[in-house]
Amino acid sequence: MSLGSQILQYLFTGITVGSIYGMVALGFNIIYNSTGIINLAQGEFVMLGGMIMISLTTTFKLPLPLGFLISVLLVTMIGAAFERLAIHPLKNPSVITLIIITVAGSILFKGGAMFLWGKGTFTLPAFSGEKPIFILGATILPQTLWILGIMGIVVLLLTLFFSFTQAGKAMKACAVNREAANLMGINVKVMVLFSFALSAAIGAVAGIIIAPISLMDYNRGTMLAVKGFCAAVLGGLGSNLGAITAGFIIGIMESLGAGFISSGYKDAIALVVLLVVLFVKPSGILGNKERSQLKKF
Amino acid sequence: MLIIRSLKSFYGRLCALKGISLHIRKGEIVGLIGANGAGKTTLLNSIMGLLSSKKGEILFFEENITKYSPRQIIKLGISLVPEGRQLFAPLTVMDNLILGAYHRYQKDGKAKIRADLEVIFGRFPILRERKKQPAGTLSGGEQRMLAIGRALMAKPRLLLMDEPSTGLAPVIGREVFHIISELREQGTTILLVEQNAKAALKIVDRAYVMETGRIVAQGNPNDLINNQEVKRAYLGKEYKKIWE
Repeated sequence: MSLGSQILQYLFTGITVGSIYGMVALGFNIIYNSTGIINLAQGEFVMLGGMIMISLTTTFKLPLPLGFLISVLLVTMIGAAFERLAIHPLKNPSVITLIIITVAGSILFKGGAMFLWGKGTFTLPAFSGEKPIFILGATILPQTLWILGIMGIVVLLLTLFFSFTQAGKAMKACAVNREAANLMGINVKVMVLFSFALSAAIGAVAGIIIAPISLMDYNRGTMLAVKGFCAAVLGGLGSNLGAITAGFIIGIMESLGAGFISSGYKDAIALVVLLVVLFVKPSGILGNKERSQLKKF
Repeated sequence: MLIIRSLKSFYGRLCALKGISLHIRKGEIVGLIGANGAGKTTLLNSIMGLLSSKKGEILFFEENITKYSPRQIIKLGISLVPEGRQLFAPLTVMDNLILGAYHRYQKDGKAKIRADLEVIFGRFPILRERKKQPAGTLSGGEQRMLAIGRALMAKPRLLLMDEPSTGLAPVIGREVFHIISELREQGTTILLVEQNAKAALKIVDRAYVMETGRIVAQGNPNDLINNQEVKRAYLGKEYKKIWE
């Protein structure tokens, strides 16, 4: 393998993982955009999506599209239930209290998953064959194309939702200023519920589409959440375009790092990036400085 | 159109309003004046349903709205221009205005809201120029105009204004008062809360004076301006003179 095709190969790998980080980051953004909190259970939604999908299609032998729909639906309901039971009952909670609740939620989901599925690692067959496609000496899996395509659709829908629909704007308004949103007649609590459901759904989609590539176990969500969070911060919290771009950047850096330096440092790279961003440009690469001053954090 | 009968409001166990009664007739500008901590903002929040622990009655067009949520109250046609503006700072001016019409979006549809946007832009041309900017980047005066515009987008029958001139340069403050008189001429009923009693009393039809959770005086502006109670309630320097 020549150096050129080697680099190309790392790029492909990077883009694949990067798009997943981007999708996890999107989940962070949605909840952040409507509540101002960071939902640290986001990675668990990804894991649940993948695990439920694997059970439905391999154990219950459901066809892929049906399994996909049911898994997303189930995880969406789990996300909504989590909001109703853990977030909703609190009166005037502070942001930090809510974030800690999401940490607890994450531990709970992880424990539940371990209980249900055990500690084993599961795999999902690729959506359309495993035969790699050769491009200039590098290979790309068909599943990668699925991941990129589905991510593109999700991003497009989300962008349309937040910039052009009244409900999307209302969700943003809740994040910025709850009291004023209340004064506009926006039902803030419903918006929060909705944002948890939506980000759970996106997490589930991410979990399902990566399951064939990355394998799934009960503990897979944590690292994805960390990387997704790095991407969200690097892209400028709340910016969806930023989240996707940053996801790609982190994914590519990771795979280049793993290829040329050592795969042992793979996970450290995202965290180093996060630290550097927080020190140098806390508003993120695509975060508008002026806008970020208007945000809570 | 609005009648409040012996309203008491509480923050926890603290009684912030100690039995307020007042009424507003259609087409009036009614002033509510009083020093800091008199309970003016509390009264507005109680009317809007933002404060839920209260006793007494609030009637709007003969409907008892005391226990209604803010959402229901906005739907009935009461809007508040909050103190300190409370804009959606990172959202654009345009989005702020559109969110003002949130509660009637399903009922009235897009076309009607567009038309109302034009009316607002006609009244505040500066907002049209800046419609794509984040609201937080506007100047203080412009933000105040936006807050008023946003409240008007809800098509209120009664507009509550909480200290619209506070914190603005005097020239801009005067402009705000000018806008308030204009709004009245176009048929909006207004409850104007102000610390700046002199300026407020120039444009209102009637006024109530509040002090520590009670109404201590009421009447037409000319009477109030010379009223001893009012002077005692506000104008610190005369306080001493009257006392001695």
